[in-house]
Amino acid sequence: MHELSIAMSMVEMAAEEAARRGCAQVCAIHLRLGPLSGVVREALLFSYDVACEGTPLEGSRLVIEDVPVVVFCPACAAEQTLASVQRFFCPACGTPAPQVVRGRELEVVALELEQ
Amino acid sequence: MSSGPRLVEVRQNVLKQNDLLARRLRERFRAAGVFVVSLVSSPGAGKTAFLESVLTRLHPVRRVAALVGDLATENDAARLARSKAPVRQIVTGTVCHLDASMVERGLEEFRLEELDMLFIENVGNLVCPSSYDLGESLRLVLLSVTEGEDKPLKYPTIFNTADVAVITKTDIAAAVEFDAAAARANIQSVRPGMRIFEVSSKTGEGMDGLLQFLTEGKEVMSDE
Repeated sequence: MHELSIAMSMVEMAAEEAARRGCAQVCAIHLRLGPLSGVVREALLFSYDVACEGTPLEGSRLVIEDVPVVVFCPACAAEQTLASVQRFFCPACGTPAPQVVRGRELEVVALELEQ
Repeated sequence: MSSGPRLVEVRQNVLKQNDLLARRLRERFRAAGVFVVSLVSSPGAGKTAFLESVLTRLHPVRRVAALVGDLATENDAARLARSKAPVRQIVTGTVCHLDASMVERGLEEFRLEELDMLFIENVGNLVCPSSYDLGESLRLVLLSVTEGEDKPLKYPTIFNTADVAVITKTDIAAAVEFDAAAARANIQSVRPGMRIFEVSSKTGEGMDGLLQFLTEGKEVMSDE
């Protein structure tokens, strides 16, 4: 369960960014989360509220955008979206496709700030 | 006068600090000519026994050392010290994984330029370590024959972020009716093309092939 330390880094980062921009409050953090990030969505949401307590982010929302796993299929020479992280085979032609293009994201993309 | 919240684009990797530090460590290892191998597995998969066997075999011919993460005890370091290779313990307390800063602190007692290979044993955990780059050259994921062939499907991320899979405790494979073909197929499903070794730390079976592979990895790195 490393989600709490990850939530705390996000909160710290957002508070710094808000302070830098002269904003008193962060209303929301928008996060892109891939299934291969190693972070569990539910655990992160739970940890987020705990991490926000007593910070300028108290009461803020964590908005998670789930990123699918996209691989490069060497046979199709194209990017393909996987239906399951248990099967790294091209959904179109069945070729093994170990090359991950997207799906490892753990990235804050935007903040909702109040002046 | 407030116009309501405004949306500000930031784009920042949450683990950026760790990733930057891991990159710096990787550069240090490369500059010092140390091939760094990390080990991840569930608790009880045999990481320490495996590492003891690796260190005991390599120590006479290579300058090897180990950095061992453990939640609360120093038992692993004591066991590994029997190999005569230098071993340092990182007691992580309640932290369930190693990160790059713990590795950096753990390195303080080593002279990297005097080493050929450094092994980093992560905390036994198949989830959290997958998020943290430690600056290693190679990540081994261990799977023991007692764990069940479907472990790779249950924990695809850790297998996907590792470079090589090592099936351990093969000396008792028959007793636990381990289906090696199913385990291999499941590993290939979550990480097609992954190199797989089968070893017994107890009998030494399969260790030569793995050690040769690691030694070749070190030589390739030195030639680059």
